[in-house]
Amino acid sequence: MPGASEATAPPADGLARPVFRARGVTKVYHVGEVDVHALRGIDLELGSGEFAVLLGPSGSGKSTLLNILGGLDVPTAGEVFFHDRELTAAGERELTRYRRRHVGFVFQFYNLIPSLTARENVALVTEISADPLPPEEALAVVDLADRLDHFPAQLSGGEQQRVAIARAIAKRPEVLLCDEPTGALDITTGVVVLEAIERVNREFGTTTAVITHNAAIARMADRVIRLADGRIAASQRNAEKVAPRELEW
Amino acid sequence: MRALHRKALRDLWRIRGQALAISVVIGAGVAMYITMLSTFDSLRLTQQTYYDRYRFAEVFAGAKRAPQRLAQRIADVPGVRRVATRVVAEVTLDVAGMDEPVVGRLIAIPGRRTGGELNDLAILEGRYLEPDRFDEVLVNEGFAGAHGLGPGDAVTALINGRRRRLEIVGLALSPEYVYTVRPGEWLPDDRRFGLLWMNGRALATAFDMEGGFNDVALTLMPGASEPEVIAAVDRLLDPWGGRGGIPRSQQMSHWWLNDQLTQLESMGKVVPLIFLGVGALLLTIVLNRIVAVQRAQVGSLKALGYSNREIGWHYVIWGVAVAVAGAVLGTAAGTWLGRGLTVWHNDFFRFPFLIYRVTAPTVLGATAISFAAALLGTVSAVRRAVGLPPAEAMRPEAPGSYHRTWVERVGLGALLTEPARMILRNLQRRPWRATASVVGIAFAGALMVLGMFSLDGMDEMMDVQFNVAQRQDATVTFVEPQPAAAVYEVGRLPGVMVAESARNVPVRLRLGHRSRQAAITGLAADARLNRAIDASLRPVVLPPAGLVLSSKMAEVLGAGAGDVVTVEVLEGARPVRRVPVAGVVDEYFGMSAYMEIDALRRLLREGGSLSGAYLQVDEGRAAVLYRQLKELPAVAGVSFKAATIQSFNETIKGAVWISILFYVVFAGIIAVGVVYNAARVSLSERAHELASLRVLGFTRAEISFILLGELAILTLLAVPLGLLLGWVLSALTVSAYETEIYRLPLVISPRTLAMSAITVLAAALLSGLAVRRRLDRLDLVEVLKVRE
Repeated sequence: MPGASEATAPPADGLARPVFRARGVTKVYHVGEVDVHALRGIDLELGSGEFAVLLGPSGSGKSTLLNILGGLDVPTAGEVFFHDRELTAAGERELTRYRRRHVGFVFQFYNLIPSLTARENVALVTEISADPLPPEEALAVVDLADRLDHFPAQLSGGEQQRVAIARAIAKRPEVLLCDEPTGALDITTGVVVLEAIERVNREFGTTTAVITHNAAIARMADRVIRLADGRIAASQRNAEKVAPRELEW
Repeated sequence: MRALHRKALRDLWRIRGQALAISVVIGAGVAMYITMLSTFDSLRLTQQTYYDRYRFAEVFAGAKRAPQRLAQRIADVPGVRRVATRVVAEVTLDVAGMDEPVVGRLIAIPGRRTGGELNDLAILEGRYLEPDRFDEVLVNEGFAGAHGLGPGDAVTALINGRRRRLEIVGLALSPEYVYTVRPGEWLPDDRRFGLLWMNGRALATAFDMEGGFNDVALTLMPGASEPEVIAAVDRLLDPWGGRGGIPRSQQMSHWWLNDQLTQLESMGKVVPLIFLGVGALLLTIVLNRIVAVQRAQVGSLKALGYSNREIGWHYVIWGVAVAVAGAVLGTAAGTWLGRGLTVWHNDFFRFPFLIYRVTAPTVLGATAISFAAALLGTVSAVRRAVGLPPAEAMRPEAPGSYHRTWVERVGLGALLTEPARMILRNLQRRPWRATASVVGIAFAGALMVLGMFSLDGMDEMMDVQFNVAQRQDATVTFVEPQPAAAVYEVGRLPGVMVAESARNVPVRLRLGHRSRQAAITGLAADARLNRAIDASLRPVVLPPAGLVLSSKMAEVLGAGAGDVVTVEVLEGARPVRRVPVAGVVDEYFGMSAYMEIDALRRLLREGGSLSGAYLQVDEGRAAVLYRQLKELPAVAGVSFKAATIQSFNETIKGAVWISILFYVVFAGIIAVGVVYNAARVSLSERAHELASLRVLGFTRAEISFILLGELAILTLLAVPLGLLLGWVLSALTVSAYETEIYRLPLVISPRTLAMSAITVLAAALLSGLAVRRRLDRLDLVEVLKVRE
């Protein structure tokens, strides 16, 4: 059932080559004497250039899933492929190389280095990348060309998050993984941040996954994946993407 | 510069107070190392240069009177390079302003300098002798300084019963007298002992030694065997009253100087280790806290693709920065202090010049240990940062797991207030950190004990020496042994309350292939003034026959009770006897040998001769006695207990107090470094908690109690541990420093313990106050906003 968005987001049924393929991903944490089942057998594919929103209440396992896709964590069982590379078989060194080359992360609390300026925070990434955007250019993408030499403490929350996005995209990553990027922001700043993410997805064709518990954000995605209790409860394709400015929450 | 390096530098700048405190602790260790080793190097170089330039002899021997023609036969001994014969004599000097007699040693020098004399003089002021002026002398600088004498002044000497006026034409130093101390004494006393260099012919005439000599100095060919040369020279001198040759290593001045240098070198290698250990400990505590604070940063760096190696290196840089700062600070301070210490040594050791140098190996060694300490201090933090799983690192840290403390478990919990409970549980939660802090602070206390115990040891040594062993007020030495009745004559002198016979016999002791020059001290079994004392401070009752050796002498000879030692007497008829060792006595001062006085006389096959007398003097009439003693030709010299104690107080004690000040500063650096860092780390961990309490209505004093109470407990635990640790280190030092000259007793006075405790407590209090100011400025709103 081809739709308007199918051109940039091929169906996840394996017709086009997916960026991510996950099969039976399970994650169990041992907290004290109890086992917490964060993920209970996830099957998922994300296509090239696709903008996916992973929606779910807290504790549904969405952060765990994102961390596994980003090579920050490894599942207890199941397998995850990035193109042909099996992440679940990779060692620490290989995962580091994978993150370094292919993944851009954006976190809820920005995780900027407080002792470095906006430009330097971006440079942190460009210095270890093969073909990065200049830090100034990356910051211009998120409309922060005039805040280059500000330290995180001198920036608003929204600005800090945009620095984080600039930092994530400066390496021209193949995938952009955002964990509650607007979770700590109000609507207005949240929208500006989402616009930056949307622009990166659109202009650079970066496969993007955004985690949120805010259902309103789901409307800007190609596809919405709902998680509940460590399982995918539903996966649906938006017939029409809504621009961030038109979101309401 | 790379962004990550920039981050390291800026983060370091943020904790500059703590980083500096650690750098200063490490720097203090570096400074001590450089101070002591550069002083050692400099004095060693000065010594060698002085010896070379002024041709210090390598073998020394004496005789009663040997004919000058023997000089050529000594020169012909295989291995001898050069020979210098001369006359050396001790006389009583009359110096203006001194009641007591002063001992002057007259040493013959050529009337005309040829250049190339052995044991040549360095003339500091004035001029050399005029060739034909027999009344001119050069005197040693220390003696001249002590009496305010200079060229143009004169001293009166009692030479062979006649008073002679000697005109001082110059002040000089000799490589033979770098440490100027009379035989039998152990402290320099420039007021009562002087060296006078005089025209050799004049001296020979005055002492009826024309055509003869009583002292000889040699240098050797490269590769010559010292013992063989000495044995050959001894054989030549024996018929002429030879007193036995000694190698340079046993020459008085050289012996003392080397002993001091050895101490400096070993101290320089041991003491800095304390600082470096504490520095490493501090860095471990602080960096671990930094990594804990930067947990999320470490996580995001890993998420961004930084490798473990890069992140590990990032924290190693912190250690490197601290090490560099420590090495730079320490090298600068150590160079400055080393120069001061080198110059200060010239108060005891007289060199005509000082060469101060800090060698490249010393600086490299110091830098290397600074880096070793710093890198050791980064190991655990680096491992922690590397081991952090990135996904977990970015989640807030779980609340620390606390448990009820043992105080509570044994049922004393009801006695504790909530804040007290918080203090105890917090200490229990991080037992290793608490232990590290306690050990660090304890080292500060230990360093104080280590710095001060030598003063206690010296006090003890003086006390034992002068109040228990040598209770006489004065010791008179005769020029030649006198008949026994002389003791009664001395006893009749004005002011003498008690006079006891003294009989010292120069000997060489042999056992197997080992031998040693020494003097046997003959003491009456019931002596009341001078006695031999054992380790438990009881007088040793000398057995009716046999030798009693000090433990060091026994060790040098490899002798024990029951061994039979060969005694070669080096005076009079020079008998050689075999004498059993009757016992070994544990003494503070090195190389003694005792015999009951009558047994000694039997050994010598002589009647009741004596070489001197021990006197107890009526203080009120002392001046009269001294004036009389100065006039007696039979008296070679007099030494006074009061003078020795005064000289000790002026020189050694003054010196020890300077070094105590040094140790207070350095111990303070350690204590401040540890307490301040412990407090800052605690504050950083608990700012949120303490601010929350303030929000709940706790006062500043109450939250200060929680933070500072923890430090107070650590400090109070550290004080006794420090004293104990200090005792252990002092004991190690005592056994390491035991030399032939003396062995410092291990005595630690209440004063030392108190000083140690006070220094630590004061430093802790100061650091506590510095942190308390930060607590007062705690921004409640800001702290609560910060995400944990």
